[in-house]
Amino acid sequence: MSSEILIKAEGLTKKFDDFLAVDKIDFQVFKGECFGFLGPNGAGKTTTMRMVQCVLPLSDGNLWVSEMDVSREGREIKKMIGVAPQEDNLDPDFTVLHNLVVYARYFDIPKKEATRRGEELLRFVQLDEKKEVIIDELSSGMKRRLILARALINEPRILILDEPTTGLDPQARHLIWDKIRNLKKEGVTIVLTTHYMEEAAQLCDRTVIMDLGKIIEEGKPLELIKQHVGEEVLEVAYDEEVLKFLQGTFPDARLEVSGDRIQVFTNQTRGVFSQILNKYSFKSAMIRDTNLEDVFLKLTGRRLKE
Amino acid sequence: MKADASTSLLSVPQISYRAWKVWRRDLEVFMKTYKVNFFPPLVEPIFYLVGLGFGLGGFVQPQEGLRYVAFIAPALVAISMMFSSFFECTYASFVRMYYQKTFGAIIATPISLEEVIAGELLWGATKSLINSTIVLGVVFAFGLVSSPLFLLIPPLAFLVGLLFSAMAMCFTAITPNIDSFNYPSFLFITPMFILSGTFFSSHNLPGTVQTISKIFLPLYHAVQLTRGLAIGRLSPSLLFNLAWILVATPFFLVLSINLMKRRLIR
Repeated sequence: MSSEILIKAEGLTKKFDDFLAVDKIDFQVFKGECFGFLGPNGAGKTTTMRMVQCVLPLSDGNLWVSEMDVSREGREIKKMIGVAPQEDNLDPDFTVLHNLVVYARYFDIPKKEATRRGEELLRFVQLDEKKEVIIDELSSGMKRRLILARALINEPRILILDEPTTGLDPQARHLIWDKIRNLKKEGVTIVLTTHYMEEAAQLCDRTVIMDLGKIIEEGKPLELIKQHVGEEVLEVAYDEEVLKFLQGTFPDARLEVSGDRIQVFTNQTRGVFSQILNKYSFKSAMIRDTNLEDVFLKLTGRRLKE
Repeated sequence: MKADASTSLLSVPQISYRAWKVWRRDLEVFMKTYKVNFFPPLVEPIFYLVGLGFGLGGFVQPQEGLRYVAFIAPALVAISMMFSSFFECTYASFVRMYYQKTFGAIIATPISLEEVIAGELLWGATKSLINSTIVLGVVFAFGLVSSPLFLLIPPLAFLVGLLFSAMAMCFTAITPNIDSFNYPSFLFITPMFILSGTFFSSHNLPGTVQTISKIFLPLYHAVQLTRGLAIGRLSPSLLFNLAWILVATPFFLVLSINLMKRRLIR
């Protein structure tokens, strides 16, 4: 990661009729980093991505990619970006390799070079054996990998991944994560959106959390966790007396009741909870490490977003 | 880009050579199943010529001085221009846009949405050229072409195909769903199919219907031109027919691209 800014947004705003999808956000992405947009469905992540990709005009504000204005130099910017969208928009009439060759043509890549790159990318995403297979016969995990390969056909400097592993099984997800890490090592700048907190914690150097079109928090995943929810959380079965006892024992802690569980978050160092558990026993008590999901739920609330 | 949302429906879009890459994609899909695709325009006109031309034609007096079968033969060529391009840029384009999300995939590359639509329109015109040329071949084989001017029909098919593609794309830009293509199909295409001097001379129609079809129905002009070229009967009125198409085509091309922009880029 360097200090060179590759993407810069100032007061970026997108309005659809009366609906404010993105509300005056500012952010910067540095060259070589993996930058994550977290947020519930409808937070404005994909809309923001589509403005960076130069396919959606801004309603207000400014957005530069590699010092080029997206409103004026969309074509030049699109040449250096690779996009893996959320939905499957592969060409169902073509085979796996032909999908890549046709896509390469849109970037003016000559056929011979397109075939060479296509075959190399299929090896990279472990689809080389499926080269001549028609798209319908691929599993959803294979389709995601092919979409990733397609996003790399123009050797992009910036890779945009919109929910790269949504709906995938753990094997497929870990394979995609490996590939993303490889690409980062090669110096590709990665911008991804996700609502899987583990994904952000695994891959991202920095993240922003979006809710209702606004950026509500920004930082490194581990720092965000430490700052908002401490290092550990104590969970016990709900009981009114236990709740009172815990409130008395941890006056500075944040206690959250959800369903039939009580969660206790504190800024104190590791170990305070195990001391308590050594002295008292609670029903189905457990101590676990906090994670980005706890931060996320704290900041965006537990209500359903849609 | 900020100004895009408010651009007028008649502002001239900027299109580069890249539109042909979209056209090429559609052509490659078409060629994957070429046997199925070449079949209908080869078989359908045979039934029309035998059934209507020779069968029904035995009861029908000559139309505009032509044997019935010779009268409808050029119309079949013109009708295939309309059907192939109109349905390509309604149902088929809608499937690519909405169900396959092909347009979305392409505009993430250096190709703009205007160029995607232009490529689709060029492909619709090409479908008109391919299909109507096959029909023309059948008509030729039946000995119903009597002038070397018939060689001008394929280029005309491209032009007419461009016009119907553009009109179709206007409907595609405003249709709420694929079923709603029933409206233009049955309120625009079917009446044209019947009333454009295709299966009987339009002189047989009441005066007002004649006037309406001459002013509003593009197929009428395509039929007049195709018939004139197929039998070598040139008259000054053909210049009016050609002028109508030459004026309407750029108008609908520009309108369709801007309407699609309005639909897809908000």
